[in-house]
Amino acid sequence: MNSKKLWKFFFICPVIIYVSLLIALPLIYILLISFFQSDYYGGMISTFTIQNYIDVFDQVYISVFLKSIFIAGITTFICILISYPFVLAISHKKPRTQKILMTLVMVPFLTNSLIRMYGWLVLLRKSGVINQVLMGLGVIQEPLSLMYNMIGIIIGMVYTLLPFMILPLYSSVSTVDPYLLEASSDLGASKMKTFFKIIVPQTLPGLFNGSLMVFTPALGYFFIVDILGGGKMMILGNLIKNQFLTARNWPFGAAISIVLVLITSLVIIAYRKLGGKMEDLGGA
Amino acid sequence: MKKVILRIEHLKKSFGNKEVIKNFDLDVYEGEFLTLLGSSGCGKTTILRAIAGLDSVSDGHIYIDGKDVTMLDPKYREVNTIFQNYALFPLMTVEENIGFGLKMKKVNKQEIKKRVQEMLELVHLQGYEKRKPKELSGGEQQRVSIARGLINNPKVLLLDEPLSALDQKLRKSMQLELKQLQKKLGITFIYVTHSQDEALTMSDRIVLLKDGVIQQVDTPVKIYEHPNSLYTAQFLGDSNLFQGIVTRVEDNYTWVKVDDATLKIVSHGWCVGDALNILLRPENIKIILKEKKENTLQGTIVDRVYDGASTNLTIRVNKKKINVMYLGNDKLYSRGQSVYITWDIEDTIVLKREAYE
Repeated sequence: MNSKKLWKFFFICPVIIYVSLLIALPLIYILLISFFQSDYYGGMISTFTIQNYIDVFDQVYISVFLKSIFIAGITTFICILISYPFVLAISHKKPRTQKILMTLVMVPFLTNSLIRMYGWLVLLRKSGVINQVLMGLGVIQEPLSLMYNMIGIIIGMVYTLLPFMILPLYSSVSTVDPYLLEASSDLGASKMKTFFKIIVPQTLPGLFNGSLMVFTPALGYFFIVDILGGGKMMILGNLIKNQFLTARNWPFGAAISIVLVLITSLVIIAYRKLGGKMEDLGGA
Repeated sequence: MKKVILRIEHLKKSFGNKEVIKNFDLDVYEGEFLTLLGSSGCGKTTILRAIAGLDSVSDGHIYIDGKDVTMLDPKYREVNTIFQNYALFPLMTVEENIGFGLKMKKVNKQEIKKRVQEMLELVHLQGYEKRKPKELSGGEQQRVSIARGLINNPKVLLLDEPLSALDQKLRKSMQLELKQLQKKLGITFIYVTHSQDEALTMSDRIVLLKDGVIQQVDTPVKIYEHPNSLYTAQFLGDSNLFQGIVTRVEDNYTWVKVDDATLKIVSHGWCVGDALNILLRPENIKIILKEKKENTLQGTIVDRVYDGASTNLTIRVNKKKINVMYLGNDKLYSRGQSVYITWDIEDTIVLKREAYE
C-alpha cells in the first residue's frame, strides 16, 4: 500500500468506524436476538428458534403491518402532491429567491419535533384554532375531529416528513432544462402532458428518493401516532417500541424490526429492478 | 405576389423598464428563408420567442397564415422551434423524440412510425431510431431536433442559432444542408443568427436588427452591396471608411474631398457641401504599381496576413489604415513596399453622413 492509498484509508476510517459500530453491529445484534427465545422476566435465552418470525405473521400483527403501510403510503402520496407544485413553482424563481425559500423549508428542523407535535395539538383539537376559525366563518357547524384519529396522524406525518420529499425532488427538478419544457409545449403538449411525459420521468430518481425518505420513517414514527393518534392507534413503530420497552420481549421486537428492514430493502430492490440507479439516489 | 405566411405588426416587448423591441413590423412570405441578423442583445431571439409564443408580447399583433395568434398558447401555433441547445428529451430515443409532436396530436402509431422513418431519411439518420440523445454527436443531435420540428409540417420553422454549438467545418456543411432541406420542403424558415456569414450564405432575405429596430431588410446581395446605413455596411463584411465633403458636381460624376485626396464617385443627387461617407470593401480595392489618373491613393504596406484562400494587406495611406484583400498568395508585395491602390468607381458605397456620425 503506497502512502497515497494510506492517506485515503486514513480519511475513510471515521466513516468505516461509524458505520460498523453504530449501524452494522447493532443490526447484526438485532438479527441475532431475533432468533433467541424470551423468558418471562424480560430476559433472553440463547436457544435458536424461528418462533418469533412465525408470531409476526399472526393476524393481529399483520393488520398492524398493513395499517402502517397504509398510513406511510398515504403520507408519501400527499407529500408528493404537495411537493411537486411547490418545487416546480420554486424552480422558476431567481436563484436567490430559490435559496431563501428552500431555507424556509428547513426552518422547522430548528425546533424539536416532539414539541412541534404538541403545537399541532393546539391547532387541531376540538376547541383549537382551526375549528374555531372554521366555525367562526360559518363553514362548519360542529367542530371537526382532526386528531386522535387517522386524520391527525396523517397531518402530523405529512407535516414532519414533507421536507424529506421536497429536498430530493427540488434537486431533481432543478436539473431539468427549462428549454425542454418549452420544446414540449412548442411541439403541442399541454401543461399536464409536459408534466407527465417530460418532468416526471426526469425527476423519477428524486421522487423515489423522497418517497423512500418519507415512507420508511412514516412506518416507525411512533411519537406522532402516540400524540396525535391519542394512543389508540398501533403502527410498526409503537409495536416495536412496546415490545422492547413495555412487553420486554426483545427477541420478538427484533424479529419485527428485521421484517421492517426487509420490507424497505424490497422497495429498493424493486427500484433497481425497474432500472433505477443507486447513484441517482445518493445525489440528494 | 407571394403569400404572406407570417405578419408582425407593431410588436413591442419590454423586460421591466427596458424596451427591447420597439415597434417591429415584418411580413414573411411563404417558402422563404428569412434571417434575423444582429449582434447579441439586439432582440432577435426575443422576436423569435414571441412568434413561437414562448414569451408574451407587450404590444402588437402576430398573424400566422392570416390568423391572429398573439394570445395563443404555443401548442396551438402552427410553428415549431429549433433550440440553440437542441432541447432533445434525454430519456426518449431518437424515434420517440421525433415522433413526440405527432403523438401529442394523437396520430396513430403506424402513421407516426412511417413519418418518423421519412424524417430520419430526410436528415440522413436511418438506423438511429433506438439511440438516446446523449449517444449522438452534436451534429446528429441537431439533425434530430430539426426532424422533430419538421415532422409536424409547421407553417414556419423557427431556428434559434441552431449551428452555433457546432465546429466550423460541420457548421459549413450544415448550412448547405439546411438550405437544401428548406428548398426541398418549401417550408418557411426564420433563422436567428449573429453570424453575418451564415446570414449571407443561407438567406433569401436578411433582416438586420439593432437595439430592437430594423436597420434594413433586403436580399443578401443588396444588403451587402447597397447598405442603407453605415451600421449595415460595417456589420456585414469589412469596409474602409472615408469621410468627406462634396466639392464639385457634374451630370455623371461628383467629386468628394477626403483628407488630402479627392475621390470621384457616381452622381446621385449630391450637392456641393454635402457630408458623405464613402466605403470601400477590401476585396474591391486593387493594388497597382503605377499611378492612375483618378481614384488612386499612394500608400505603404504595413502588414500582410495570409489565411489560405486569401491574403489581407494593411496599407497606410497618409494616417489612415486601409484593408485590402485579394485571392491567393501573391508574393509580389512585401512589407514596407510603396504601392498605389485604386478601385472601380461602381464599387464605391456612398452614404449621406448623418449629423451624429
